Amino acid sequence: MSAPLLELEAVTRSFGGIRAVDGVSMRLNEGEVVGLIGPNGAGKTTLVNVITGVHTATSGRVRFRGEDVTAQRPFQAARRGLCRTFQIVQPFPEMTVLDNVAAGAMFGGRIDAIGAAREAAREHLEFVGLAPLSDKPASALTLAARKRLELAKSLAMKPKVLMLDEVNAGLNSAEIDGALELIRKIAARGVTILLIEHLMKVVLSVTERVLVLHHGALIAEGEPHAMVRDEKVIEAYLGEKYAKRYREAAGV
Amino acid sequence: MQIAQILANGLVLGALYACLAVGFSLVWGVLNVINMLHGSFIILGGYLTFFAWRDFGIHPLVMLPPVALLTFAIGYAVQYGLVNKVVTAPVLTTLTLTFGLDMIIYNLMTVGFHATPVKVSLGLGSVSAFGVRMPVDRLMGMGLALLLTGALYYVMRASTIGRAIVAVRMDRAAAALMGIRVNHIYAVTFGIGALMAGLAGVIFAVIFPVTTNLSGMYLGKAFVVCVIGGLGSVPGALVGGLVLGVVESFAGHFFGPAHALTVGFLLMLALLVVKPTGLVGVKGYE
Amino acid sequence: MMSRLGLALFAGWVVILATTPLFAENYIVRTAIMIAMYSALALSWNIIGGFTGYPSFATVAFFGVGCYVGGIAQRAGVPMALAWAIATVAVGAMAAALGAIILRLKGHYFAIGSIAIVEVCRLVISSWRSVTGGGDGLNVPLLRWHPDAVAQFFLLVMIGIMLAAFVMNALVDRHRLGFGLKCIRQNEDAADMVGVDTTRYKIVGFTLSALLCGTVGAAYASWVGYIDPTDSFQILMTVKVPVMALMGGAGTVLGPALGAAAFVILEEIFWANFLEWNRAILGAIIVALIFFLPGGLLNISWRRAARRLRGRESAEAPA
Repeated sequence: MSAPLLELEAVTRSFGGIRAVDGVSMRLNEGEVVGLIGPNGAGKTTLVNVITGVHTATSGRVRFRGEDVTAQRPFQAARRGLCRTFQIVQPFPEMTVLDNVAAGAMFGGRIDAIGAAREAAREHLEFVGLAPLSDKPASALTLAARKRLELAKSLAMKPKVLMLDEVNAGLNSAEIDGALELIRKIAARGVTILLIEHLMKVVLSVTERVLVLHHGALIAEGEPHAMVRDEKVIEAYLGEKYAKRYREAAGV
Repeated sequence: MQIAQILANGLVLGALYACLAVGFSLVWGVLNVINMLHGSFIILGGYLTFFAWRDFGIHPLVMLPPVALLTFAIGYAVQYGLVNKVVTAPVLTTLTLTFGLDMIIYNLMTVGFHATPVKVSLGLGSVSAFGVRMPVDRLMGMGLALLLTGALYYVMRASTIGRAIVAVRMDRAAAALMGIRVNHIYAVTFGIGALMAGLAGVIFAVIFPVTTNLSGMYLGKAFVVCVIGGLGSVPGALVGGLVLGVVESFAGHFFGPAHALTVGFLLMLALLVVKPTGLVGVKGYE
Repeated sequence: MMSRLGLALFAGWVVILATTPLFAENYIVRTAIMIAMYSALALSWNIIGGFTGYPSFATVAFFGVGCYVGGIAQRAGVPMALAWAIATVAVGAMAAALGAIILRLKGHYFAIGSIAIVEVCRLVISSWRSVTGGGDGLNVPLLRWHPDAVAQFFLLVMIGIMLAAFVMNALVDRHRLGFGLKCIRQNEDAADMVGVDTTRYKIVGFTLSALLCGTVGAAYASWVGYIDPTDSFQILMTVKVPVMALMGGAGTVLGPALGAAAFVILEEIFWANFLEWNRAILGAIIVALIFFLPGGLLNISWRRAARRLRGRESAEAPA
C-alpha cells in the first residue's frame, strides 16, 4: 500500500472532561471514498473539525501527505485542500451565489484575480447544477440548493480530501438521488472523499470502506455491507437490548 | 495614608461603581444593546435631586421613588418606541441610535440645567474607626448603593418579571414561545437599567458634583465595570465595581489621580483580551 | 463597484471643493477643508467598519496620535512633510500592534476595545507632560504665509489625503483583500474555512483604516498650530466618523465621502443657526438616519424606484 494521503494517529479531543474524539487512528488513501458513520453525538463532526483545524487535537497527530498538520488553522487546511461542507450550511448570505463560489476559488483555490475566480466559479456552479441561480443572493436559496452551493464552494477550493458532513440531511429522496449522482461524479475526478452520513442507503451505494465511530472511539472499520451486519455496530446504534432482539428477529 | 484607608476608599468607590454599572450591564447582557444614554440618566437623576433639595428643601432620600419612576418610564418608552425596532440590527446600529438619543438628552439637560457643576451638601461630617476616616455621606451612599444592587439581585432572582428577563436573555425565541411578550420584557429591562442609573444619580448628587460634563465619564466607568466583572449579571457588576474601585484607589495613591483612570482602562483592555467574559462572566453575549 | 456617473459626480465635487478659494469667502474654504478632512477619515474607517464590518471607534485615536506625533516631530525641527510621513507610519505601526490584540474580539467587545484604545491614548498623552505638554497642549510651528495662502494650501493637502483614501478604497474594493474582508463581514467562520487568513486580513484592514488618519491628524496639527488632548481626542469625533460613513453608505466606495460632506454641511448650518440646540439636532438626524436611511444615502431606493418605473413601463409595453 502506498503512503496514505491523510493519516490520524491516536487523535483525542476533549472538551472539559468529555472526550468527544477518543484515540482515533485512521488513514485515507488517495482516491478513496470512505464513509464515516455512527450514532448522534458519536463525535463525527468533531473529528472533521480536528482534521480541518477548527479544533486542535488535545493529543495525537494529524498528517497530510506525510506533513504534520495537527496545529493548522482552518484557512491553512483549506489551502492545503482539506475541504469540507457543513452540516449547517455556512454561506456568505448577502453575496451572490457566484461570489460565494468565487471566494472558494480565490482563497482556497489560490486564484488571485477576481475575474478568473468568477470564471472558475461558473464552471463549478455548472457542475453542481446551480448555474441558473448564479446571480441570486445566497440567502435566497432553498436548503437543497444551499447544500449544492456548499459543494460548489468546496470544489472551487481544489480539494484533495473532501469531507461531506451530512450533505443529505433534510433533503427529500429525489434530492438525495441528485446529491448521490454528484458525489459519484466528484469521486470520478479522483478526489478523496470522507462521507459523514446517517442514511445507510447513501453509504452503501457510494463508499468503498466505512469507519464506525461510537462515543468518540473508532469501533469498527471495513467493507460497508459487512459493517451494517457487524454486531458492535448494531449495538452502538440500537443499544444492547434492542440489538439482541434484532438478532433474534433476523434469526442469527 | 495607610493601606487600610486606601482600601476603604476603594471599597466605597467600588460599591458606588457597582450601582452605577449594574443597570448598564443588565441592558447589555439581556438586550445586547450598548446603552449610550446610561450616563445621561445618571446625570438626570442627579439634577432632579439637586433641584428638589435646593428649591424645595426635599431630602435626597425622598427623591428616590419619584426619580425611579420617571427614569423607568423614560427608559421603557425609549426601548418600546425606538430601540425595539432595531434591536436585532448589528452592533453599530443600536449603539449609534442610543448615541444619537444621548446627544438629544444631553443637549436638553445642558440647556435646561446649565453645565455649571452643582452638589447637594448635607453637611454630615465624617466618622473614623480603626484609623480610617470616612465622610458620612459617602458611607450612606455606599450603603444605599449596595442596598439597591442587592434589591435588583432579589428582583431578578425571585420575581416573575425577573425570571422572564432571564428567560429572554437565555433564549429569545423559546421565551416568546412560552408566552413571554419579548418586546415588553425588553422595554422593562431597559426601564430597569434607566431606573438604576437614575437612582445612582440620586446617590452621586450627594457625593460628587452634578454636571452634564460627567456623563461621558460615568458611561466610561460603566463600560469598564462590565468588562471587568462580566455582562448581564448583578454579581458581575458588583465584583467589577469593587475591583475597579480598589484598583483606582491604589493606582491613584501610588501614581497620582490622573493615572487612576489609565490603570482602570488598561486593566479593562487586558481583561478584554485575556478573558472577554469578565471575572464572573458565564458565557459572553456574542 | 461604482458607476461611471458616481465617479464623474465625485470628480466634479473634488473640483468644486478645490476651487472654493476662487469664489467663496474664508468661512466656506474652512468648511471645504473640514469636508475633505472628514471624508478622508470616513473613507479610512470604511475599510474596517464598512468592508470588514468591525464597528471600530478608534479613528479618533489614530487622528489624535497623528496630531501629536506630527506636532512633536515638527517641534523637533523635522520638516513639515516629513513629520506627516512619520506620523502616518507611526500610526500605521500602532494600529497593526493594537489590531493584533483587539481584533480577536468581536461585536460589542471589539467596539469597546476600540473605545478603550481612544481613552488610553488620550490618557497617556495628557499625563505624559514632559513630551506632550499634558493638558496645556503644544504649539506647532505655523506656516508664515498669508492666511489665505495657508488656507488654500491646507485645502489642497486635505483634498490630496481624501483622494488617497478614495483610491485606497477603490483598490481594496477590487483586490482580493476587499473580497476577503467582505467575506469576513458576512460570516467570519466561513471565511476562515474558505481559506481566508482572517487574522492577517483583519490586521491589514485595521492598519489601512488607520494610516491616513495619522496623516490627517498631523496635517491638522500643522494647520491649526495648537493641539491639546481635548481637541485631538474629541469624544464626538469617535462616533461622528462612523455615522458619516453610515449616512452615505458603509461598505461602498463613494458613500463615506458623500456622508462626510452631507454631515459637515448640515453641522455647519446648525452651528450657524441654532447654536444652543446643535447637538440635539445632530442627535435627531442620527436617530432619523437609523430609522429612515438604514442603508445610507447611496442605497436610497433610487435603484428600486428606477426599477419600479421600468417595471411599469414594461407592463405597459405590448406582450
